[in-house]
Amino acid sequence: MTMDVELRIRRFNPEADTEAHWEAYRVEAEPTDRVLDLLHQVKWYQDGTLTFRRSCAHGVCGSDAMLINGRNLLACEYLVKDAGTRITVEPMKGLPVIKDLLVDMEPFWEQYRSVMPYLVNDEVPEDGRERRQSPEERARYEDTSRCILCAACTTACPVFWTDGAYVGPAAIVNAHRFIMDTRDHAHEERLQIMADPDGVWRCRTVFNCVEACPRDIRITRAIMEVTNEISTVSGE
Amino acid sequence: MTLVRTDAAARAAVRTHDLDAVVVGAGGAGLYAALELKQDLGPQARIGVISKLYPTRSHTGAAQGGVCAALANTEEDHWEWHWFDTVKGGDYLVDQDAAEVMCRDAIETIIKLEHLGLPFDRTPEGLINQRRFGGHTRNYGEGPVRRSCYAADRTGHAILQTLYQQCIRAEILFYDEYQVVDLAMPGGPDGGVSGVVALQLATGEVHSFRARAVLFATGGFGKIYKVTSNAHTLTGDGVAVAWRRGLPLEDMEFFQFHPTGMYKLGFLLSEAMRGEGGILLNGEGERFMERYAPTMKDLASRDVVSRSIYQEIAEGRGIDGKDYVHLDVRHLGAQVLNEKLPDMSGFIRTYFGIEPLTDLVPIQPTAHYAMGGIPTDIDGRVLADELGQTVPGFYAAGECACVSVHGANRLGTNSLLDILVFGRRAGIAMAQELRSAADPEPDLEAELAVSRAVSELRGRQDGERAATIRAELQELMFTKCGVHRSGRLLEECRSEVRALRERARHLVIDDKGCRYNTDLVEALELGFLLDCAEATVESAVARMESRGAHAREDCPERDDAAWLKHTFAFRDPDGGDARLAYKPVTVTKFEPKPRVY
Ligand SMILES: Cc1cc2nc3c(=O)[nH]c(=O)nc-3n(C[C@H](O)[C@H](O)[C@H](O)COP(=O)(O)OP(=O)(O)OC[C@H]3O[C@@H](n4cnc5c(N)ncnc54)[C@H](O)[C@@H]3O)c2cc1C
Ligand code: SF4
Ligand code: FES
Repeated sequence: MTMDVELRIRRFNPEADTEAHWEAYRVEAEPTDRVLDLLHQVKWYQDGTLTFRRSCAHGVCGSDAMLINGRNLLACEYLVKDAGTRITVEPMKGLPVIKDLLVDMEPFWEQYRSVMPYLVNDEVPEDGRERRQSPEERARYEDTSRCILCAACTTACPVFWTDGAYVGPAAIVNAHRFIMDTRDHAHEERLQIMADPDGVWRCRTVFNCVEACPRDIRITRAIMEVTNEISTVSGE
Repeated sequence: MTLVRTDAAARAAVRTHDLDAVVVGAGGAGLYAALELKQDLGPQARIGVISKLYPTRSHTGAAQGGVCAALANTEEDHWEWHWFDTVKGGDYLVDQDAAEVMCRDAIETIIKLEHLGLPFDRTPEGLINQRRFGGHTRNYGEGPVRRSCYAADRTGHAILQTLYQQCIRAEILFYDEYQVVDLAMPGGPDGGVSGVVALQLATGEVHSFRARAVLFATGGFGKIYKVTSNAHTLTGDGVAVAWRRGLPLEDMEFFQFHPTGMYKLGFLLSEAMRGEGGILLNGEGERFMERYAPTMKDLASRDVVSRSIYQEIAEGRGIDGKDYVHLDVRHLGAQVLNEKLPDMSGFIRTYFGIEPLTDLVPIQPTAHYAMGGIPTDIDGRVLADELGQTVPGFYAAGECACVSVHGANRLGTNSLLDILVFGRRAGIAMAQELRSAADPEPDLEAELAVSRAVSELRGRQDGERAATIRAELQELMFTKCGVHRSGRLLEECRSEVRALRERARHLVIDDKGCRYNTDLVEALELGFLLDCAEATVESAVARMESRGAHAREDCPERDDAAWLKHTFAFRDPDGGDARLAYKPVTVTKFEPKPRVY
């Protein structure tokens, strides 16, 4: 059963346009097609200038978060049967648009890098084998280790929209992943980064991030656990 | 006159970077090599990683089931058993010295990954947990063994993130969203490699990276096929660039089809689903693998299972007579599906809208993995010919390379292992070569050629769209050079690929701009795909036997007397038939035997 879909896409090419504008395309789609398939139809057979990122096409690489019908979603995970026959697509908010649906991710990566997103521990067990960690200890950071760095959460956050200095939910999720890891030796340093005025305290628990996360990571819970950890360490 | 001036302008516009070593590709292979280089050469070393994607988007992140090593954490296991399984799995086309290195190094490599922070699943004692996987056996084939180390069903994601994180910590230089389109080889094919030429996607500028050692870790080329588990960006760029430069490609006829691709979509449902107890059913509800592989059943090697599915379909026992069968995981229960296989269960729910706990899952074999690629020795040095001559300054590792540890068919979990073990070994070897290598000589010709090709493509006013040709290529390769092959199909395929290549010389792109011209990118990638397809079909036409993933109706038996050897295909510069040479397989311990599972 094919359906006729109207796709309205927010386009902007600074090489040619002075401002962003909407363009409409008609495509034929199956209900099980994904919005990414529709974007490809346009790009491949109607207008090759349409620009967006994508790679894996099944929700694991984090390339194609965008605003679809007003919500941050991965285009490769959102099916036409859920999106309907009139679909609007825009770039994520809060990051500079480079071209069409493609935004400048550098501010986002900068936030990520700022939280020391790596295990710090250069000691090796005497027997040369793996470090021990119980399934329960591992479970504490299981959820946040699933992040694919798609930026859907951070670019859905009103605090981030108004002030780009806020470290943002994605970076906190990734800090949490190491703060909760029993193997890590940079616990306090990382908590200090989180306790910065632009850190975790800026969160206003609007819950947009949780709503936006394609991995269903319990982001606000992670943020709360980080704030609790800061309080414990600073002895409050 | 104008041409001269344009060339001078183009040359002036090329941006150059001087580095010690360049790694192309930020998947597992490239990142591990970069880490090793930095560690060996110290903080002053200028190690650059160039990637057309942001590193965390690399397809290593899509790997699911696990990475194997005979850690023996949950039951008896030995690296020699793993070695045997690898050789047998590869239908004896594996170089046994290389596989020995991989299986022995596996243990240390996985432990080191844990030390770097990888979030492995754990046993109750806190050790790395392990599970079963296809083709991995105890005591030389007696039955399945738990050898795959895993992080739920996103092991690749965990590997990619861990290595990238440590690269950030080590202050590796990253050039994200730069697409490499040529090698610097100022002395021609007999000289060495002294850098790469790339396009910066954000600006469209040509950048020349000069370095004393270059590693290609650009991944696979599953996009030559219509139904594939591979990302849109897996277009064989590195493999094609080496081929264009007159270097050989090894064993390209061997392309693995994974049995459990999601019907029509091609996305992979990990073998871990069968490792945890899932089974395959035909249209009559029969567990047909019991007939084809009495011991290993659904966990026989991938080529065997894919061919069995194909056979069932050919004999009318697909579901409702169609071209798919069912994967049954209903009996695994909610806990296993949600905790050990959460991503797989999610894919099934999202893309099929069905519930794996209660519904049967439609699957079909999907193009998955390139066993062949750029030939290397066990330290990643690229081979210039079948006799073992190496190319100074040039290395390859990961799926774009062929060591060969996978032979005619790769075992599950052996690719993540391959990229780690040989990525790391390449890094070590490069660090050594760097200490004595001369300063890199620029290849101005290559820089200019790239500028010219790009502006020519941008300037062209009419022609065909890349997408049309690509779709035809993918359909063609899938039906004529896929799971099921014959002399006739392959011959047809070869001439049709040539015709497509001819048409592709007259492509047109809509986007004439410089900034993030993904239209241009896709046109370039189509060129790479066509080269990979051509090398694949040329090698396949010539191999008159069936071995591993290369199964021909017109010569259904393995023929060790004539064909226990690796193909080395060289491109014909004039566009004619490839030149084929052969190299003996290294057999050190396991004599070739018939393969039964
Ligand atoms: C769905 C799926 C599941 C899998 N599961 C498993 C598993 O469980 N176990 C297992 O062992 N194996 C598995 N595999 C296979 C394994 O994941 C891959 O073979 C392996 O990850 C390849 O790693 P790589 O480093 O060689 O390349 P990739 O991770 O593919 O990285 C390629 C890199 O090269 C870059 N690149 C490419 N071309 C260019 C260019 N022109 N210029 C600049 N950069 C470029 C890309 O940006 C990328 O960074 C799976 C594969 C798939 C598709
Ligand atoms: S937490 Fe979720 S939404 Fe945020 S970057 Fe990670 S995966 Fe994306
Ligand atoms: S394309 Fe990879 S997440 Fe959508």
